[in-house]
Amino acid sequence: MNLEDENIAIEVKDWALFYGKKKALNGISMSLPEKKVTAFIGPSGCGKSTLLRCFNRMNDLIDSVSVTGDMTLYGDDMYAKEMDVSLLRRRVGMVFQKPNPFPKSIYENVCYGLRLQGIRDKAMLDKEVQWALKGAGLWEEVKDRLDENALGMSGGQQQRLCIARAIAIRPEVLLLDEPTSALDPISTLAIEELIFELKKEFTILIVTHNMQQAARVSDYTAFMYMGDLIEYSDTDGLFTAPQQKRTEDYISGRYG
Amino acid sequence: MINWFKKGEHWIWFSASAVSISVVLVVGLVLMIAYKGLAHFWPHAVYEFNLNNQGSVEQVVGEIYDTKYKEVSYQDEAGIAHKAQVKQYLIKVGNRDIYGIDFRWISANDLVSQTLKKADNIFVLERYEWGNVYGKLNYIQINGHKYPVNAQNMTLVKKTLAKSQQLRGKIKHIEKMDIGSINYDLERLRLDKKKLRLTGSFTTDKQAEFAEQSQLLNKQFEQFQKQLTVLYSQRKALGEVVLTIAGGQKVHVQIKNIVKLWQPNEMSLLEELSFFFQSMGHFLIDDPREANTEGGIFPAIIGTITMVILMTIFVMPLGVVAAVYMSEYAKEGFLLRLVRISINNLAGVPSIVFGIFGLGFFVYILGGSIDDLFYSYAQPSPTFGTPGLLWASLTMALLTLPVVIVSTQEGLSRVPMSLREGGLALGATRSETIMKIVLPMSLPAIMTGLILAVARAAGEVAPLMLVGVVKLAPELPIDFNAPFVHLDRKFMHLGFQIYDVGFQSPNVEASQPLVYATALLLIVIIVSLNVGAIIIRNRLREKYKSLSH
Repeated sequence: MNLEDENIAIEVKDWALFYGKKKALNGISMSLPEKKVTAFIGPSGCGKSTLLRCFNRMNDLIDSVSVTGDMTLYGDDMYAKEMDVSLLRRRVGMVFQKPNPFPKSIYENVCYGLRLQGIRDKAMLDKEVQWALKGAGLWEEVKDRLDENALGMSGGQQQRLCIARAIAIRPEVLLLDEPTSALDPISTLAIEELIFELKKEFTILIVTHNMQQAARVSDYTAFMYMGDLIEYSDTDGLFTAPQQKRTEDYISGRYG
Repeated sequence: MINWFKKGEHWIWFSASAVSISVVLVVGLVLMIAYKGLAHFWPHAVYEFNLNNQGSVEQVVGEIYDTKYKEVSYQDEAGIAHKAQVKQYLIKVGNRDIYGIDFRWISANDLVSQTLKKADNIFVLERYEWGNVYGKLNYIQINGHKYPVNAQNMTLVKKTLAKSQQLRGKIKHIEKMDIGSINYDLERLRLDKKKLRLTGSFTTDKQAEFAEQSQLLNKQFEQFQKQLTVLYSQRKALGEVVLTIAGGQKVHVQIKNIVKLWQPNEMSLLEELSFFFQSMGHFLIDDPREANTEGGIFPAIIGTITMVILMTIFVMPLGVVAAVYMSEYAKEGFLLRLVRISINNLAGVPSIVFGIFGLGFFVYILGGSIDDLFYSYAQPSPTFGTPGLLWASLTMALLTLPVVIVSTQEGLSRVPMSLREGGLALGATRSETIMKIVLPMSLPAIMTGLILAVARAAGEVAPLMLVGVVKLAPELPIDFNAPFVHLDRKFMHLGFQIYDVGFQSPNVEASQPLVYATALLLIVIIVSLNVGAIIIRNRLREKYKSLSH
């Protein structure tokens, strides 16, 4: 696959991950281009979410996990000893499968990350909250009820709030872990349109079960199976002319 | 019928009856305590009994406290043995200074007439000493004048009584607050002097300074003493009332000794109600009298509340932080399981064991060392090396620690993992996530733990007897002398009050209603604490409800 025209945001080399002794990722190597949408597809348990969670070191939370290989973000070794995990996670934001807004007001949800960075200036927070909510396409819907509890919103709105929350701290990379699997088709559509807008500013990595979604929103697609990266190419190529038999079987619905 | 069993209907009935029995028992318990406790404050009617006493008639006047049936066997004229149930009345006759005891049993067999008759024109006087007087008012003597008993003069008595109460309040204020704080300062001065002597730095300069200070204090003391003498003589000059009690004796009661005076048989419902609420109020704000069998329970309420608040201050941070470590940081494994099991078992250790530990470790070892290190000048009298408020609170904190830890852990485990991840993904450290998201969301559970702990501590008696509770504390554990909360003082406690008044009292019958009233108060305090906590918890739960997925 040709990525020569692209700036590379994340470089992965021989990446393997173990749950205890069980190997979950088998030596994956790939380059993820900047300001593009890269989709990870594959059957359940293929390791795509596990790989995604490696990009912001979310797997650190699980005691039994150990990793080998190299992973760099714009040349910085993400797993280096001196790497501050909090700082890394500010550069690599994440939105989860189920909307998980904090039980606080809409406003507080969006400024949570900013406040963590010690920003106290009210005017600045207001500006950033407005920017993030606009970026998540939520501003018009909630601008009059910023003080209301975020849990009172619909599922789709909650998920867009989580996106607003993630982009408010202006990460370089945004990880989306099946962001629409818990949403209805209309909310899904809103989020997909949003992804299209967001890739102008952020590098987006998305895990999805829905191949149509991957085809619609992504520039590049990686197909994974049993912990292996089977095929990785531009989305059009992968869906129209898969190089691997297993990819073809999967996208034509023969298993998974 | 067989079908009925096959369907398992009998299980439904069986379990339903178990529930109803429990409910009936609990409701019965509360109702009985409430009835007996509240009845104590109601102005009871005073009855007159005429007894056949070997030809002559003896009059007995008093309140009916209890009735019982006793089996009596007798022989009729034909010589056949019979058995009969005879009614017995327990009468509070009062006038302890004259009769010796203020209760007596009367058998219905001895009564001239079986119909109960309310005594006419009877007065009840509650005195600061020797209990109640029941009798007919003869005359009133105020400022040397003799007044006959009529409505106008009764208002005069009421007025004088109010004045007497006012004087008593003033005297109490001077004795407790002013002289109390002088005594407190003098004692501190004495200890400071002793301390300087021990270190050998008691120079002549210092000596003069101390002498000056103590002279100043003594002067103030003398002034207050003078004021007191004036007040005492004023109170003494208030006058007296004279009553004829059953049996014909005359009793002189000085007005300064009267707590209150009422005519129960002549009261309207409205007066009875106001009497009821007034007595209830006095029960809450008065000091106990007569070896705790009369008066109020104010010091016990204050002692309980102070101890519980201190305990909360000790147990909450410790318990919550321990729970956070165990469920957020510690690695699952044998050791953590062992610690968990130990904590759960700690909750089942009998409370008296905690009392013994408190006495042995806190009081003797810790307190003794503190005395050796910081209060050696006060020895041989111990400061912290003796049971007191601090050690009682710490012991109770230890006793309630498992409750707080377990319920906090439960609350922490109920916070969805996704929220922790959400916080971490925004660049929060683990501790920031815990402080700002996980702990606030576990507040309902932490509150539950706190309430269980408070309810337990407020009701516990056994360990407290070893580590700081006393029958009668001369001073409250909190007052207006710096440092305001006196951790070394002994204190009174509602639970112990119930035990002490109910079982250690010299006058069991008189104190019985007080036991019920105190128990009722304890129940009310604990129930309202629980209800308050449930309301707060539900409100918080409502806030986080949509997160239950």
